[in-house]
Amino acid sequence: MKITRKDFLRLSGLSFLAAGAAGAARAIAGRGSSAEGRQAAAPVRWGMVVNLEKCRKEEGCDACIGACNTAHNIPHFSDPRHEVKWIWTEPFGTVFPFSQSGYAERSDVHLPVPLMCNHCADPPCVHVCPTQATWKRDDGIVMMDWHRCIGCRYCMAACPYGSRSFNWLDPRPAIASINPDFPTRSKGVVEKCNFCEERLATGISPACVEACPEKALVFGNLADPDSEPRQLLRTRFAIQREPELGTGPSVYYLV
Amino acid sequence: MRDRIWIFAGLALFVGVATLPFWSAHGRTAGIAGVPNLQLPVRARECVAPVEYMRQSHMQLLLRWRRDVVRLDERRYVAPGGTVYQRSLTGTCLGCHNKEQFCDRCHAYAGVSGPYCWNCHNQPATRVAGASWQAEPELSAVQQAAGSAARFLNQPGNEQLSPFHGSRP
Amino acid sequence: MFMFERAITGGRRYWTWVFCLLGVIAVGFFSYMHQLNVGLGVTGMGRDVSWGLYIAQFTFFVGVAASAVMVVLPYYLHDYKQFGRITILGEFLAIAAVIMCILFIFVDLGQPARVFNIVLYPTPWSLMFWDMISLGGYLLLNIVISLVMLTAEREEIPAPGWIRPVILLSIPWAVSIHTVTAFLYSGLPGRSFWLTAILAPRFLASAFASGPALLILFCLALRRLAGFDAGEQAIRKLAVIMTYAMTINVFFILVEAFTVLYSRIPADTEHLEYLFLGLDGNYHLVPWMWLSILFALGALTLLLVPAWRTSPVLLLVACVLVFFSLWLDKGLGMIVGGFVPSPLGSVVRYTPTLPEWSIVAGIWALGALLITMFYKIMLSVRREVGEEALAVSH
Repeated sequence: MKITRKDFLRLSGLSFLAAGAAGAARAIAGRGSSAEGRQAAAPVRWGMVVNLEKCRKEEGCDACIGACNTAHNIPHFSDPRHEVKWIWTEPFGTVFPFSQSGYAERSDVHLPVPLMCNHCADPPCVHVCPTQATWKRDDGIVMMDWHRCIGCRYCMAACPYGSRSFNWLDPRPAIASINPDFPTRSKGVVEKCNFCEERLATGISPACVEACPEKALVFGNLADPDSEPRQLLRTRFAIQREPELGTGPSVYYLV
Repeated sequence: MRDRIWIFAGLALFVGVATLPFWSAHGRTAGIAGVPNLQLPVRARECVAPVEYMRQSHMQLLLRWRRDVVRLDERRYVAPGGTVYQRSLTGTCLGCHNKEQFCDRCHAYAGVSGPYCWNCHNQPATRVAGASWQAEPELSAVQQAAGSAARFLNQPGNEQLSPFHGSRP
Repeated sequence: MFMFERAITGGRRYWTWVFCLLGVIAVGFFSYMHQLNVGLGVTGMGRDVSWGLYIAQFTFFVGVAASAVMVVLPYYLHDYKQFGRITILGEFLAIAAVIMCILFIFVDLGQPARVFNIVLYPTPWSLMFWDMISLGGYLLLNIVISLVMLTAEREEIPAPGWIRPVILLSIPWAVSIHTVTAFLYSGLPGRSFWLTAILAPRFLASAFASGPALLILFCLALRRLAGFDAGEQAIRKLAVIMTYAMTINVFFILVEAFTVLYSRIPADTEHLEYLFLGLDGNYHLVPWMWLSILFALGALTLLLVPAWRTSPVLLLVACVLVFFSLWLDKGLGMIVGGFVPSPLGSVVRYTPTLPEWSIVAGIWALGALLITMFYKIMLSVRREVGEEALAVSH
């Protein structure tokens, strides 16, 4: 059989396609096997209650932010466009707009509210990520895999809370002093608060919670009715950020 | 026939370009011929896996550890000898090995351009002798829950060493 | 290979043009190397406007790619013979536009070396996954179709029968690429500017206006530069299609504006306010958005009067107006407007930087180069066939 040059090119093109299709099929077929072999244990859903009244006791306190920045090698960029933030503050009026009468004698709208990833029950960022570089763990933590992230920033567009930051530049030169126990990130990946999962794994609570002098941040298992956050939520009026979007934030604010 | 010179010139150029890596490496390989001068760990007597295996397949082991820690939250690793380690590049591997004197030297010797591990992962500040992770820490109230989550994700079964082990998440 | 040799013969004018394009591509390439080295921080994007010119250009050119269906559909479904000479122009335009789209996505990635993670970890619940499938499939369809059709033309044999179902498949596929692109944006909670069911129809309408506008411009250029006659009837028909699409597009915009402005929900009105009036002292997009409106109205005026629409000069002006109006609307305002104000209400000024513009220009030049080469190949085949026919008849 005589094969012309054109036939050869066609055939090789087709075989490349076939090889690609086979690879994709294998990848799809291989999915899901990792979840096997795990046994159900007592359900865990990590969450946090922020007591704003306690948080405001010490004016200008940013112990939680400092502790997080040190623990996680958060770079500091002076250009606000390049900022990386895991936990930070915004004025109450910005975080919870339209929630005050405007006639109050003492207005809270300018007082700071600590913000972080809400670790949503139904996270929009996880829906959109094309590589599962961000996903929700069984214990409710929305994780980031910095080895897999391709830096498309779809998750940043999807997050309705502005909780995600992108490494627009190499972060290393912008880190004052590197904590060797936690990786830095490379340029071109997205990052955010991880509820200190690396600390939870060794049985200690998140860095921000530990650093708060007023114990304004209360962390625990929302699935456990006796946990500290659940005890607070049982009796106190609490709000979440934009609950109407149906994302189910795991961070509650006592106002 | 007039084109002969062009054809041969083109062929010569192609051969030259195709073998460029060999030409360009000629000067640089001279100094590192022979056996690489590696600084071996002084304290630890055994690695997390047999030396032969580590020499050939440490990258697979690291990729598997990476998956286990990041994606499956499984951090405890039981070596074939029964020793328990924490799956951690900085915490365990670099607890004994020196990056510059061990990793980098061998990579340079083998002509492996540096893996991008070091874009993010750090060298430990101080060298801690015991990298093994024998006992679980004492737990308190909040920490009990954390421990239970960690334990339930640290099911055994994934710790046996096998070069071809591992399904992708 | 694939008649490529036909693209590397040409006169002085042809080569000058090609080398100009190659020069722009080279500048874009070096800018991209710079971006790869330093990071996406070399662009004007930031944590609030996290998608910019690249993604906006991607969106616009998906529309251009999809618009090929506006010549394919009348010819193959309605047997509208006048489009026989230009269907391949549309298909070639689609190929070039899809390649540009893929490049625009690629240069927007923070970790481009990991792009195949999308294939390694297929994620069907992500719209980005479907965008890859639909764009890749559309590219493949159009490459196969144009290659088969052009080969048949060169050999002067009828095209193989199996190509017809492939062509028919490309019609809904064209609609799908732009629908999926709209779904990338319209499914996000908290981005109220995009959170509207009319986004996909609006994208399609604007695509079916801007694509034919570009095709008419190409036809006019080819007539002047290469003596290629698309046929007066075909151009007029394209103009009618463009008129309908542009009218529907403006109607959709007004529908959207009514919903937003009459309901007066601040989260929705803020985006329009930012684009058309300025917000918190940021007015930098305002003149461009009004220019887009002005161009759209000017184009509609020219297009809706039949006597003006059929005048070659006025039609050319109308096409330019349509193209730039939609480029401003979709290639600039649509993406930036969705990010400002941010979910936390901050109004951030986004100004594309020089490296960003030169990367965009490089991709544009690459698209233009592809179009040039494709059309060159087509013209060369047509000329050859025509000369043979002439020789036979003598």
